[in-house]
Amino acid sequence: MEDMSLWFKRKEKGIQTATEQKKDTPRGLWYKSPTGKIVESEELAKNFYVSPEDDYHVRIGSKEYFEILFDDNKFTELDVKLHSKDPLKFTDTKKYTDRLKAAQKKTGLKDAVRTGYGKSMGKYIVISCMDFSFIGGSMGSVVGEKIVRGIDYAIKKKVPFVMISKSGGARMMEAALSLMQLAKTSAKLAQLAEAELPYISLCTDPTTGGTTASYAMLGDINISEPGALIGFAGPRVVLEATGKELPEGFQTSEFVQEHGFLDFITHRRDLKKKINLYIDLIQNNPIRK
Amino acid sequence: MEYLDFELPIKELEDQLDKCMIIGEESDVDVTETCKQIEIKLAEMRKDIYKNLTAWQRVQLSRHPNRPYTLDYIKAICGDTFLELHGDRTVKDDKAMIGGLGKIGDQSYMFIGQQKGYNTKTRQFRNFGMANPEGYRKALRLMKSAEKFGIPVVCFIDTPGAYPGIEAEERGQGEAIARNILEMTRLKVPIIVTIIGEGASGGALGIGVGDRVLMLENTWYSVISPESCSSILWRSWEYKEQAADALKLTAPDMKKLKLIDEIVREPVGGAHRNREKTFEIVKNKITAHYEELEKLSPKELVDSRMDKYVNMGVFNG
Repeated sequence: MEDMSLWFKRKEKGIQTATEQKKDTPRGLWYKSPTGKIVESEELAKNFYVSPEDDYHVRIGSKEYFEILFDDNKFTELDVKLHSKDPLKFTDTKKYTDRLKAAQKKTGLKDAVRTGYGKSMGKYIVISCMDFSFIGGSMGSVVGEKIVRGIDYAIKKKVPFVMISKSGGARMMEAALSLMQLAKTSAKLAQLAEAELPYISLCTDPTTGGTTASYAMLGDINISEPGALIGFAGPRVVLEATGKELPEGFQTSEFVQEHGFLDFITHRRDLKKKINLYIDLIQNNPIRK
Repeated sequence: MEYLDFELPIKELEDQLDKCMIIGEESDVDVTETCKQIEIKLAEMRKDIYKNLTAWQRVQLSRHPNRPYTLDYIKAICGDTFLELHGDRTVKDDKAMIGGLGKIGDQSYMFIGQQKGYNTKTRQFRNFGMANPEGYRKALRLMKSAEKFGIPVVCFIDTPGAYPGIEAEERGQGEAIARNILEMTRLKVPIIVTIIGEGASGGALGIGVGDRVLMLENTWYSVISPESCSSILWRSWEYKEQAADALKLTAPDMKKLKLIDEIVREPVGGAHRNREKTFEIVKNKITAHYEELEKLSPKELVDSRMDKYVNMGVFNG
C-alpha cells in the first residue's frame, strides 16, 4: 500500500503565499447557522438573512425587517424620541437606568420597538417592529406607547398595520406597568378593528410571554417564519412546572400552526409578497404584482 | 378513470372505439364509418344512462374517486390569488376543513369547504372530509373575518358527515355546528353555498346556511347517508338503494322541496368527466349569484335569508 502521508508532504519549506494575497476573515463577516452551515454575511443579507443551505432564518431586527418590507428601504420613523423612565427606581444586579443606558449604547436603539411609515409594494402601511437585542425585546411603557401611537397613525392614515413581534415578554423592571401594556395595546387594537383596517401580526423568533398574550395573537391573520419559537411560558418553565418531557418541536411555529394559532408560515423571501397579497384580498383591491 | 357498475356498458363501448381507432391507425382498413357508428351509439348510451340515474346511482357518482374536491375548485377558480388561512385559534388546524381568500376577476371571496383526499395517505390526512369541532370553528372564524371586511363567503360542501369521534364530542361537535348555523343566518355578507359531492346532515349544514344554496347535478344532501338510514330503519345495510330513494336526497328532489335554490348541470357523465368545464360552470354560477346579492343592503340580505329558513318545513293545520 502506498504511503499516504506522502500526499501531504510539503515539498518547499515555509509559507509561499504573498502577504497581499492572504485573505483576512475578520469576525462577523461569516455566519454559522445552528446546523453548522457557514455563509458569508453579504450573501446572507442578499438572501433575506436566511442561510441558503439549510433555510435557517437568522434572528434579525427592525433595521433588517424595514429593509425587507419597505420599498427601497424608504420610510419615516415615528416617535423616535420616546424613551424609558425608571418609575419604580428598579434595581436587580444592575440599576434599571444603567441597564437602559448600556442597552442604548450597545444597540444604538432607544428601546425595544421601532415604528416606520412607508410604502410596501407601492402602498402605504405602518410597521412596528421589535428588537430582541434591546433587553430581550421586553415590553415596557415605551414599547406599549409606541405600538399604540403606531396604530393611531394607521387609523389616521387609514392604512393597514403590521406588528412584528420578537420578545421575551413584559419588562420586569417596570413590573405591573409592563403588565398593563397588554391591556393598553389590546384596547387600541380593538379600535383598529372598529376602523375596519387589517392587522397583520408577524410572530418571529422568539415571541413569548406577555407579547404572545396580547398583540402577537390578535391579528386578523397571525403569521410566522419557519422554526420560530412562539409560546406563553417558555419551554424551560413548562418543563420545570410539569416535569414532563416536551413533545418534539414544542412551541415551534409549525407546532403552533398545527394547534390552530397561525394562519400560515412563510419563508422570509416571500414575506413582503404574502403580506401584501393578504392586504389586497381582504380589502378587495386588485392584486399588486 | 374508474367506472361505476352502471357505467360498464359505456366502458365496453369506449374500449370498442379505442380498438377501432387502433385498427384504423395500424392497417389500411377504412374504419371511419365503424368508429362513427360506435361514437353515435356511445353518445346515445351516455345520454340514456345519465339521464335516468337512480338516487343511489347519483350517490355513487357523488363519491366517485375521480370527482374534483374543494381545493381543486378553488385552485382552478382563483389560480395563484388563493391564500390559504389556517387554524381555529383554539386547539387545532383541521385538515378536513379548509379555507382562505381568493379572487374571481376583481372580486375577493372567502372560500370555505370540506376537503377529501385522493389516495389512502391523503384521505387519512383529510380525515375523509369529516371535520372536527375545530374545523367548524375555523370556518366560523374565517366567515367573521370576511364579514368584518365586507368580503362575500363561498362554501363548498363535500362531507360524509361531521366526525363522530370521542374528542370531537369532548370539544363540543354539536355546539360548534349549532354556533355556525346561528351565526350564518345573520352574517352580514352574501353567502353562496354549493354542494359539490356529499352533503351529509349537520356536518354539511354547519357550513351550509346561505343566501343561495346550489347543488351540482350528481350530489346528494340529506339528514343522513342512505347506508346509515338503511341500517337504522331497515336494521341492515342492504337497503341503501331503497333508503336513497325514500330520503329524496337528489338535487331535483331538494329543489322540489324548496330546500335548495338551484341545480347546477354537470358535464355528461359527471363532474369528473370534464373537470375544467365543471370549474368554469361553478365559477360562472358564483359570479352570477354574487352580482344579484351584491345589490342588497346587509339588512335586506339577512332579512331575506332569515325568511327563507324560517319558512322551511311542511305541515298541516
